[in-house]
This record gives sequence, structure tokens and C-alpha cells, in this order.
Amino acid sequence: MRAIVINERDNVATALEDIPAGARVKVRVGAEEREIQVVTAIQFGHKFALRPIPKGGEVIKYGEVMGKATADINPGEHVHVHNVESQRGRGDLLAKEGGR
Amino acid sequence: MEILGYVRPWGGIGIRNHVLILPVVVCAAEVAQRIADAVPGTVAVPHQHGCGQIGADFEQTKRTLVGYGSNPNVAATIVVGLGCEKVAAEEVAAEIAACGQRVELVIIQKEGGSRRAVEKGVEIAGKLVAETARIAPQPVPVKALILGLECGGSDATSGLAANPALGVASDLLVAAGGTSILSETPEIMGAEHLLARRAVNDEVARRLYEIVARVEEGAKRMGVDLRGANPAPGNIAGGITTIEEKSLGCIYKAGTAKVQGVLEYAEAPRRPGLWVMDTPGHDVESVTGMVAGGAQIVVFTTGRGTPAGCAIAPVIKVTGNSRTFRNMEENIDVNAGTIIDGQETIEEVGRRIFSLMLAVARGELTKAEKLGHREFAITRVGPTF
Repeated sequence: MRAIVINERDNVATALEDIPAGARVKVRVGAEEREIQVVTAIQFGHKFALRPIPKGGEVIKYGEVMGKATADINPGEHVHVHNVESQRGRGDLLAKEGGR
Repeated sequence: MEILGYVRPWGGIGIRNHVLILPVVVCAAEVAQRIADAVPGTVAVPHQHGCGQIGADFEQTKRTLVGYGSNPNVAATIVVGLGCEKVAAEEVAAEIAACGQRVELVIIQKEGGSRRAVEKGVEIAGKLVAETARIAPQPVPVKALILGLECGGSDATSGLAANPALGVASDLLVAAGGTSILSETPEIMGAEHLLARRAVNDEVARRLYEIVARVEEGAKRMGVDLRGANPAPGNIAGGITTIEEKSLGCIYKAGTAKVQGVLEYAEAPRRPGLWVMDTPGHDVESVTGMVAGGAQIVVFTTGRGTPAGCAIAPVIKVTGNSRTFRNMEENIDVNAGTIIDGQETIEEVGRRIFSLMLAVARGELTKAEKLGHREFAITRVGPTF
């Protein structure tokens, strides 16, 4: 396996090796095996989407929410800091709102 | 299952037999280091604190220093003070003695300067090393162990391989009647609900939420995104996107045991089982807190690779990343990357970590010990005045 899906609920897979752009990658989601074509190169340890994740949608890994999408993410796209943000420890958001 | 322990007069069981040179204040750090440099078999823990501290911040620094002198891995301590500091050497020495540990005192202003203080310290240290060498280790049950769980320099493999494997080892120790401490409160953020479900009662669950909220409030008060520091740039390069993702991977270190309670920084667990200690994500500060709380052994997972050790407790390094293992093999004891590579299961590596813990608790040196890594850092909760 070149990528792993940890929990059936997850909408991202983690690359277990460097995957070149356009590669078709087999992943096991629960009992089912699926094939995803990655859009860009995915580095070892980085994530790609298994399903479409709309802007504002939850990104799920380990069966738990790990952040929200800041853009629409298509299956096979790299999922990282450029399109996901944390919901926690965000003092910057409060500062922007003028609250403190 | 037995290990080889140094049984202290008060019943504490150490797996190392250190003579500790403990400065209570930054002004005594250099003298303490010179004493340790002159006497093989001693170790100093220089630090920059102990003066201009008040309230909870002062108490925490003092508790950490007393905790080091009271850790059963330490056979005897020389407390080194300047003579006018806030964290008074006499008080620290008295509290260490009250725990039943052997302690001596050197005060620089009383000795008449740094050179004389070093001479006095060297003389005492020589005697203590000779005394200590006569203490023979004896077989004791493995349940005597308090394990500190640490991760640092994480990457995506930490949550997939190294941390789950360490969780297996932690569960094995707890099942044998031992104690395990999970730390690093920022790296519980986003996964606190999972730990809270394992709390022994509602009060422990409430405390878990409380310590995480305290960290989150800190980031909010500063008006910044925690992501500026955690996940760290190296974590992000390694594939970790958010603090929630890092935390979800981090808490695997704590296995599946019930959470007995929440400890303050450098506070000792009150009974066996799994505990959570409120420490920062700063690795060395976190390890120092757990060892000051009585941990005699630390297992430290690292995806990117880190050399950090501890002055008085063996630190076993585990990586989930085979590339990192090959790159920094001289610093890393266990390659859990075999899980990612499909050669071993999480359970198998967990048992391998537990076996190594037992071997280290019988005297085998870790790589951090062989390389002389003696990192020490106390976390602060207030400004210096």
C-alpha cells in the first residue's frame, strides 16, 4: 500500500511513500478497496482527499475532525496548510474581530 | 517481570544511581557545572531561573528542583546556592532531605567566592560518588517504574506508527501495575474529548478540559494563531497540518488505559496507572517536568529526529520514520518505521519497546545516555521581576 486510510470515516489518506503527480493509488477504506488518482505529487507523510471536501467542510483523519477546508478540495488533491485551517488556538481570529 | 533497582532509604526505587549537582539559581549554575566537570560520576543541571520569581511561577521552579533531588534515580544531591536568591538553597535542600534523600549544601557567598565554592563542592562530590558506588542494585518488580511519555519533532509517522506502538508499551506497563505519564497539554488540544472519555471520574474529565482551555486562552490572549509555534515548521513539512491532527496522533502514546488524574507540572502521581501532566509542548521542559514528578524512565518518539536526553533519567528514542532512523541512527534506539514499511505490526513494535524499557531498567544505556545528552529546562508560568 502506498497510502493509508486510518478510519472508515476519514476523507483523507496519508501517503506512505512519495507519490508522483497523476499516479493511481489503491487505498483500503474499511473492507473496501478504492483507487484514487492524485492530482499533484504527494510527499511521504502528506495527505490527499478521498472525496470532495467543500469549502468550510470538515477534514477527517483518525475518525476525528482535524480542521476545516478553506477551499473546495477535489479527490486526489493535496490536503495541507494551503487548504485546511485549524479551529483551535486561533487567537489571530479573535484579534481580527477586534475582540481580545 | 523484574528490573534492577537502587532502593533508597525511604523506599523509592531508582534505575540509575546519580550524584546530582543542583544549582537553585542561575548565579550558581557555573559553579555547579565546574563541580560536575571536576568529578566523574556526577551530573549538573545548569538553568537560568531561581531569581526574580514570584507566586505560582516561583513555586513551580522550586517544586521542579526539589523533584530532581527527590527522584529515586538520584542517590545524593549537592544543592548549590549563591546565598541571596529567592529559591533558597537551604529550603530546597531541606525539602529534598524531608523526602528521605541524601543531600549536601554549598553556598557561594558563605564559602567566600566561586573558586572556594567549587573546591568545597568537589570535595563533597568525591565522597558522595564513593558512597554511592557502594549501593548495589537489586531485583525489584517492574511496577516500580514511572514512565514519562514524550514526543517531539513529530511528523505524520508519529501518529501512525511510533505513538501507537508506545501506547502498547504504556498499556503493558500499566497492566503490570506500573505508572505512565502523558504530557504536553497543547498536543492534547483537539483530542481532549477522547481522553476525557477515559477519565476515571467526571472531575478528572473536567480538569482535562480545563488545562487544555488554559493553553488555548493563552494563544487567544496573545492574539495569535497557535500554529505559529505548534505544529512547528518541521511538523508541517512532515505532513502535519493542524494542532488537532498532531494531538490526535500524540495521544496514541497513552494507549488505552483509564486516566487516573491530572497533575501539575513536576507533581508526582499519587497511585499507579496512567496520568496526564500539564506541561508545554516544549520537549525538554516537558521531560524535565515528568522526571521532577518522579519518572525514572522516558520513551520519546520522534518522526524528524531529535537528540534530546535527560540529566538523570534514561531516554529511549523511537522513530516511526525509517528514513529518519537511517539518518540519525546514532541518536535513535528503536525503528518503528517497520510498521509503515509493512514488516512489523504496531503490537510487535510495542512489545519491542517494552522489552527495551526493561533492559534499560536493568542497566542498559540508551543512545542519549551514551552520547552524554543531559538536557534540562524548567517551564515558566510568569514573568521575571
